[in-house]
Amino acid sequence: MLTVRKEYLTITSPETEQLLDSGLSLSPVTIAYETSGTLNEARDNVILICHAFSGDSHVAGVYEGESERQHPGWWDCMVGPGKGIDTNLYFIVCCNILGSCMGSTGPSSINPETRKPYGLDFPMVTIGDMVNSQKKVLEHLNIQQLHSVIGGSVGGMQVLEWCVRYPQMVRSAVPIATTMRHSALAIAFNEVARQAIMADPNWNKGNYYHSSYPDLGLAVARMIGHITYLSDDAMRRKFGRNLQDKEDFSFNFDADFQVESYLHYQGTKFAKRFDANSVLYITKAADYFDLADTVNTRESLQDLTGSHSKFLVISYTSDWLYPTYQAKELVQALKRTGQDVSFCEIEADCGHDAFLIPDARLTKLIRGFLNGIDAPQTTTI
Amino acid sequence: MASTPPRQLRFDLAVIASWIKPGAHILDLGCGKGDLLAWLKEHKNIHGTGIEQDKEKAASCIERGLSVLQGDLKDEVMDYPNEYFDVVILSQTLQQVYQPDKLLKSLARIGKQVIVSFPNFSHLSIRLQLLFKGQAPKSRQLPYSWYDTPNIRIITLEDFRRFSKDVGYKIVKECAINTHDHDRSGKIVTFFSNLRATYGVFLIEKTKSS
Repeated sequence: MLTVRKEYLTITSPETEQLLDSGLSLSPVTIAYETSGTLNEARDNVILICHAFSGDSHVAGVYEGESERQHPGWWDCMVGPGKGIDTNLYFIVCCNILGSCMGSTGPSSINPETRKPYGLDFPMVTIGDMVNSQKKVLEHLNIQQLHSVIGGSVGGMQVLEWCVRYPQMVRSAVPIATTMRHSALAIAFNEVARQAIMADPNWNKGNYYHSSYPDLGLAVARMIGHITYLSDDAMRRKFGRNLQDKEDFSFNFDADFQVESYLHYQGTKFAKRFDANSVLYITKAADYFDLADTVNTRESLQDLTGSHSKFLVISYTSDWLYPTYQAKELVQALKRTGQDVSFCEIEADCGHDAFLIPDARLTKLIRGFLNGIDAPQTTTI
Repeated sequence: MASTPPRQLRFDLAVIASWIKPGAHILDLGCGKGDLLAWLKEHKNIHGTGIEQDKEKAASCIERGLSVLQGDLKDEVMDYPNEYFDVVILSQTLQQVYQPDKLLKSLARIGKQVIVSFPNFSHLSIRLQLLFKGQAPKSRQLPYSWYDTPNIRIITLEDFRRFSKDVGYKIVKECAINTHDHDRSGKIVTFFSNLRATYGVFLIEKTKSS
């Protein structure tokens, strides 16, 4: 069994140094990250995995002294010895995103100026800022070449941002169930989630860390999220109109239906582990995400020598948050600018979250794609 | 390319492969499981992309390390820059295309040259079937009934020669072959090809004026 350890890198920058896309600076910045596998001598067998909105750096394996069931990695089915992303071959790095609450600096971190949690004093961060902070971690590990950058959903946005910001580092990229710009539908869902949090009286303009947390608002925000992660098919198959632990309607507002009970459970569970302000910041970063114009420009995706990343774009038939047409828009833009791109839509009725569910098809696609990436040409004869 | 066992190419694909220059930039339309692309990549060091509608076939190409887009070829050919490919290959697909003239014009835009292969509908056995049985002919190359065939276009070698001229192409090379679909071997037909060939393979390019 793969054993991993959560590590932290803290970067203190001079105040004059502009760190964030918003023009504001943030210092110090701590990034939590985990690595697995062995870095080769050339330091170029590295795969960076970018996690989705509520994920963390714990992509695979277990922490020392813990059992597999206690705290498995969120993509343990894909990453590990002999798996689709094989830790026997590759050195895996996964960082918790900036603005999150799973070890990296976010609104719940202590503001050194006030010695209290930032709350809404935390500056707005973008997907690009997240990528820049991940680059710092790679610099710290003395890594200059990435065999691949892989991620789904908000992780897929980071993948695309990597290809635009540091094309010289990225040999290949696998954006999964994602988009190059957040749609009105996706922004709408995020806004309802944010409003649910902000409507909770405990939220108190983001200043709740020393009193009761806005758990109810956060739970409702997560319930909305879970609706978007599923699909009509998945809900029909999973719940239908089945009742939860009862034979008949209660004729009151208790959770009668299984789907209600499921959403309540997911909401409450999430409120225990995640920070409400982090949801506000990360959803906003996703809403601001729009690389369409950049991806459509040939120069933005190539390094100085004109070399390009190789892309594998994957979408799911039942994903209504980032539907296949958005993946196809990305593919079209990549083709127009002459990138080497592969695309496959996978038939699945689980909705947006399908990439997190064990599926031999995704495993085989990613394994084959990674195998087909040529090692960098060190000598020319 | 990891562990693909070396396979011998189908005879018609071998003819196509022999026309491809090393290092060329290739687009293979309807690439199936990617046999031709994999062979060309291994033996001629080409940069290739395939387009395949069938999800499982497209996935198996990607699993082999090939660059393949899953989608409808008439849509997928739209987005590439002009003359992006050295050669675009349309192997045994033209007879299934609804608007072949439109497709060939798109291919002429994205490729410097186009290779087209198709089953020859004027082969002797087909002519005899129509003459003596009075029924829509079937052959090993065209095994379907009239009501379930994906081959909605009936093309002969002679038709294609005229067609390519009409849509503004000149024929650089042509090869009439006699083989069966899954045969690894076949022969090149030189005399009375329109009568004796089961397949035609053409290398065409735009005439200067068009």
